Amino acid sequence: MIAFVIRRLGQSIAVMLVVGLIAFSLFAYVGDPISSMVGQDTTMADRAKLRHDLGLDDPFFVQFGRFLLNAAHGNFGISYQYARPVQQLLAERLPATLELSFAAAVIALLVGLPMGVYTGLRPESWLSRIFMTLSLIGVSLPTFLTGILLIWIFAVVLGWLPSFGRGDVVQLGGWTTGFLTLSGLKALILPATTLALFQMTLIMRLVRSEMLEVLRTDYIKFARARGLPNRMVYFGHALKNTLVPVITITGLQIGSIIAFSIITETVFQWPGMGFLIVQAIGFADVPVMACYLVLVAFFFVVINLIVDLLYYAVDPRLRLDRTGTAHGH
Amino acid sequence: MVTESADLPIEPAPPRAAGVLRRALDSDLLYSFRRSPLTVAAALVVLILGGSALLCAWIAPHDPFDLASLSILDSFDPPAWVDGGSWTYPLGTDDQGRDVLSAVLYGMRVSMLVGFSAVGLALVAGVSLGLLAGFVGGWVDTLVMRVCDILLSFPAILIAILIDGVARSVLPHDQQDQIAFSVVVLAVTVLPAVQFARTVRGSTLVERNKEYVQAARVIGVHPVAIAFRHILPNVTGPVLVIATISLAIAIINEATLSFLGLGLPLTQPSLGTLIRVGQNYLFSGEWWMILFPSLALAGLALAVNLLGDWLRDALNPKLR
Repeated sequence: MIAFVIRRLGQSIAVMLVVGLIAFSLFAYVGDPISSMVGQDTTMADRAKLRHDLGLDDPFFVQFGRFLLNAAHGNFGISYQYARPVQQLLAERLPATLELSFAAAVIALLVGLPMGVYTGLRPESWLSRIFMTLSLIGVSLPTFLTGILLIWIFAVVLGWLPSFGRGDVVQLGGWTTGFLTLSGLKALILPATTLALFQMTLIMRLVRSEMLEVLRTDYIKFARARGLPNRMVYFGHALKNTLVPVITITGLQIGSIIAFSIITETVFQWPGMGFLIVQAIGFADVPVMACYLVLVAFFFVVINLIVDLLYYAVDPRLRLDRTGTAHGH
Repeated sequence: MVTESADLPIEPAPPRAAGVLRRALDSDLLYSFRRSPLTVAAALVVLILGGSALLCAWIAPHDPFDLASLSILDSFDPPAWVDGGSWTYPLGTDDQGRDVLSAVLYGMRVSMLVGFSAVGLALVAGVSLGLLAGFVGGWVDTLVMRVCDILLSFPAILIAILIDGVARSVLPHDQQDQIAFSVVVLAVTVLPAVQFARTVRGSTLVERNKEYVQAARVIGVHPVAIAFRHILPNVTGPVLVIATISLAIAIINEATLSFLGLGLPLTQPSLGTLIRVGQNYLFSGEWWMILFPSLALAGLALAVNLLGDWLRDALNPKLR
């Protein structure tokens, strides 16, 4: 167990170092910060002095080490686009993204799980076929198209819901929330549904195939032979055993939701981190990009680490497997 | 599954002329293809959309890139069957007076070109890496697979956006339109390449210890020849399935990048770029500018996905 944790931690740290190196290379090789800081008539000697004062003539690894130290303190420099500290910009937008992602995850689970159980229990019924066909369409439709479709139906044609923005938000300490106002909740519905659709189909298909597989096993037959009612067999025995992969995939999908929120936020002009990063790429705003890169990589590494460790804790078979990779199954 | 190939009886394959293609498309496969109307329909859609995209220079009513033929007076014309539309522009015109039908056809060509280039590149890179990792083993295998694991833990679209963003900030600003195509292809290539590598590596590990490989080794066939001539043909099934599904994903990811304004520029619009432009006019009622490129994209992605689904079931020995 300890060896596994250490190996897994080492891998995570290695990934973060590589990502940090990429982010740092962006800083180091894109443009010359000195020429953007000084005027035309600054002498070469002054430039050299400034370069030395800022530590830009230090060896590569010294600069990289300083970058890592700053990054660990949450200091990523000043945004070219907004002329404000990057960490401030991202911190302001973090609540919007997290609330959207959270709402999407809840919707995906609450709808996807029952649909998956139903299609798994009654694979031949017409409702299941409709669900499956819809899910295939859901997987094939790009996120931005479903978003536009929803905007067109509910904002343009019906005029029920707003098509952009977050509505009114309430300030709670350093956190802004849209959960507490009516306009905030209304503004949340369309983007959260858009973001949830893909995960919903994924969860549904996963639960369905796991249910189908579990229902064929001997212990289910035995449970039936013992005369247990269907409800007990389905939910007590079968569903419980499908939940391990479902938890894993859902956990891993949290990262995916954050990634797809880039698209959803752009479609709905949701004032979150994803919208910010798309603007930053268009603007070549390197500090924002570097900070986002590190932040998202950190999210993913932590999520993957937790899921792997949980998996290890939940599934006793893995403890016998000393090869250490907790992927696939 | 949506396709109906799962419960097919096995038909003995009639003897056919030799040839790799013939053997790959053995009659079992064709039989299950004919038996599934949905798959036939999907194949038809792909053929029609792909064919018209390929031939767009000849069948498109206008050349959307010929600035001389554009007239601002013709802008925002609705489709022909709506009041105020004319058959000169069957699907209406956009804000520049461009014919929407022609723009969609040319855009589809760009989208498919990106998709095929990306999958092709991924195929070459991924299959070689997978064969290498599986055949050589040792630290090469560990290294390749670790990198693949890490890349796979990020969603494809995130990797594409980040590659695109990094490339954009590293490359000079004034050349961005010219290199946009290569950047986009590269951005959407990475993840399918990883998938090819993993699959091929897994199959290679199985095949490598079989007798025919050992026999080839004994008679002194060069390892590279063993990998490509003996092992590769035996791992084509899963590769074909992944290639089809990757094509749909690559097209969608390219469209997403272009929609976000990070993909192909207006001078070289793909379906995603057209949808991005059309979205600005969603509220002012010019729905045709966004509807037709969206339909083309959705139809293409769905049809290719259906083909991939069918192929996966048809090639899966467990379902035979």
